[in-house]
Amino acid sequence: MSSGIFNLPFKATLTLSWRNLWRNHRRTAIMLAAISVGVWAMIFMTAIMRGMVGDMLSEGIRNLPGHIQIHQQGFADDPSIVNSLPSPGAELLSALDDPDTEAWSGRIKVPAVISSERDTRGVTLLGVDPVSEDAVTGIAGQVVEGRFLDTVDDKGVVIGLKLAERLETRLGKRIVIMTQDSENNIADRGFRIVGLYKAKLEAMEEKNVYAARGTLQGLLNIGDRITEIAIIDTDMNDIDPLYSKIKAATPEGLEVRPWYEIDVYLSTMLATMDGFVLVWIIIVFLALSFGLVNTLLMAVFERTREIGLIQALGMRPSMIIYQIVLESVLLLVIGLGVGNALAVITILPLESGLDISAVAEGLAMFGAGAVLYPTLLLDDVILANVVVILLGTLTSILPAWRAARLNPVQAINST
Amino acid sequence: MIDVSLRLAWRNLWRYKRRTWLTVGAMIFSNALLVFSVSLQFGSYDMMINNTLQVFTGHIQVQHDGYQQDPKMRRVVPDIVAMADGLRSALGSNEVAARGAGFALVSSTDRSYGLQILGVEPGFESNVSTIPGLVKQGRYLNNDSYDEIVIGSVLARNLKVALGDEITFLGSGRDDSFAAGVAKIVGIFETGSADIDRNMAQVSLAYFQDSFAMEGSGHSIVLRAENIEGVPALRTRAKDQVAGNDKLVVLDWETLQPGLKQAIQADMTSAWFMYSVLIVLVAFSVLNTQLMSVLERTREFGTMMALGLKPSRLARLVMTETAMMAGLGLAIGVLTGFIITYYLSVVGFSYPGMEEMAARFNLPDRMYPSVSMLSLVLGPGIVALGCLLAAVYPALRLYVLLPIEAMRAV
Repeated sequence: MSSGIFNLPFKATLTLSWRNLWRNHRRTAIMLAAISVGVWAMIFMTAIMRGMVGDMLSEGIRNLPGHIQIHQQGFADDPSIVNSLPSPGAELLSALDDPDTEAWSGRIKVPAVISSERDTRGVTLLGVDPVSEDAVTGIAGQVVEGRFLDTVDDKGVVIGLKLAERLETRLGKRIVIMTQDSENNIADRGFRIVGLYKAKLEAMEEKNVYAARGTLQGLLNIGDRITEIAIIDTDMNDIDPLYSKIKAATPEGLEVRPWYEIDVYLSTMLATMDGFVLVWIIIVFLALSFGLVNTLLMAVFERTREIGLIQALGMRPSMIIYQIVLESVLLLVIGLGVGNALAVITILPLESGLDISAVAEGLAMFGAGAVLYPTLLLDDVILANVVVILLGTLTSILPAWRAARLNPVQAINST
Repeated sequence: MIDVSLRLAWRNLWRYKRRTWLTVGAMIFSNALLVFSVSLQFGSYDMMINNTLQVFTGHIQVQHDGYQQDPKMRRVVPDIVAMADGLRSALGSNEVAARGAGFALVSSTDRSYGLQILGVEPGFESNVSTIPGLVKQGRYLNNDSYDEIVIGSVLARNLKVALGDEITFLGSGRDDSFAAGVAKIVGIFETGSADIDRNMAQVSLAYFQDSFAMEGSGHSIVLRAENIEGVPALRTRAKDQVAGNDKLVVLDWETLQPGLKQAIQADMTSAWFMYSVLIVLVAFSVLNTQLMSVLERTREFGTMMALGLKPSRLARLVMTETAMMAGLGLAIGVLTGFIITYYLSVVGFSYPGMEEMAARFNLPDRMYPSVSMLSLVLGPGIVALGCLLAAVYPALRLYVLLPIEAMRAV
């Protein structure tokens, strides 16, 4: 008898657990709703946060720009044309010609003053090679009026919409740019505005002014020198191989830095994010766990007699634990299924962008744009599911163990 | 009668001790967490607002209409010193200071940078801004300052200048005339914000007005209220004072720093999303418990109804039980939350990476949540309310109970 009918095959145990689960369908439904809402919230919130941080990151990289930058030593402290560097030599060029390099650009970045007939502003003047600059920052795609620069010797400038508004100027008008040349003399020159661009962050639109690299090199009297080289890696999560290769090929006196050292705020934000996701998932789980334990305890409690009876008939305590844990796993799996489905259904339509421009200037403080793109990461979904199923199963062991410890005789006699 | 009901409810609650404690446990957990995070939130918002505004912006500014959106030289507050004096005496406060602001190319012998030059009233500026107090080398401007200038530390480094050096500035005046001058550096300030330390230079308002052809005018009068709550009242009073000039507007900090308010709103929204999830989960837990406790008492309730008790009386009993449970969760949760939060508000706490993020929002690198009455009761209050709402369904079920059938139920 002892090993006979109660050594049930898995399928039978499953059926038994399944039916037990639905004995009190209201209770099970409520618990399922709670698990589903919890799992949904875990994934939904995480996707929103990931989307926001992802946006901050891509905007940050676009503004730096690049994953790796090369500067003359001291440029960070003294961002002047005096701290320029020569165009990359043969050794550096061959290091840059790497399968890991997605794009790179040699650029000039100097502070300047821009004047229209109506107003004057301080800006960052960028001297760029139109093709490689677009490959690094995607600026050409942001031009909404006119065109981006054509060649390295283009005589025009491209400015942001916001800056044009501040200067009370428009496409086709002339502006004067004043900056300092390599001999500390004021160099100035008139440019025609050939294009206007729109950036995600207004601050960028007001700050960055694009001119052709060759034209600026002439104005600044620096030959073919530049002030920085920005490099985009094919995989931003794994830039160290390329970084060390480039570092090795860079001449003495130049400084090579990865993005996570240049923008500490960004990299910390990214690192803190993983911790935040885990904490959030665990907090939601804890809030759920009270209900879970409660439901299972009640299920065990109202079955005291029955459990006593089958124990008396010879079912081993381990089998009882097994059966109750299985019941809880079933509950969790269904809850996870519904929760995941809810998350996917609610996030997918939002992935094309959630307009939250009502708080745009606030988000700009964080460094994010006004449209939020929730990002469903497989890793996060897996994490949420694993935490719920693992800790959930663990939690259900307590009520199961209590059930297995029942004294058959007392249990049968209880009401 | 009331007394009997209460005693009945209390005893019912403890029929299944473990179940009740687990449900109350869920409330305690959520309540403690809510007290902590709401305190932390409120504390950091206050700090963010104060730390941001005290540096430079102030609480309120009087400006020419349109200057905030598009700061043009020609959008001026006329006869600004007299007006600031008038405001000071009318409001009975010294925390009023006039400013003018212009853009100029500032050059040392080695370097040139375009930046904002601010004309300030040396005697009053320190009442509305922390910058005068943050002069690390030399001294701030004084009432005798004329062609003297105070600049930020990053700017000093970039210009490669030191105290006593002269720098020239070139810009355009109010009437688009050429504005130029040579000023001696008497002080270098360091606010810690690279943006301000790089992009600001201050001279006395009189010198600014002469150099930039301001003809006695300026761009803004900055006011500080005693605290953030006093801003609306101060704004109304200031408005009355400048009512004579319909070109002028009186703006509060929310308009002056829209990003600040919105960053708080964005943060608040995501925080409340998270809180709602917690509250809903606790409510589910209560719903389950109370529904079970009603269902398992079907027989008992049937008997009570057969004895003449009205369903409303029984429903009230269920609600009373829930209220007691919620009250218990509230009391213990708030207490736990208070102890944890109070402890952390004294010793402070930080987590890896916080320093870098806090700096961006003008927050210190250690957080001290601030416990207030509101932060103690707001979250837990909503949890208790949610729990009572969740018990409505189980309570309503009593109205459809038929005594005879109920008495036969197992």
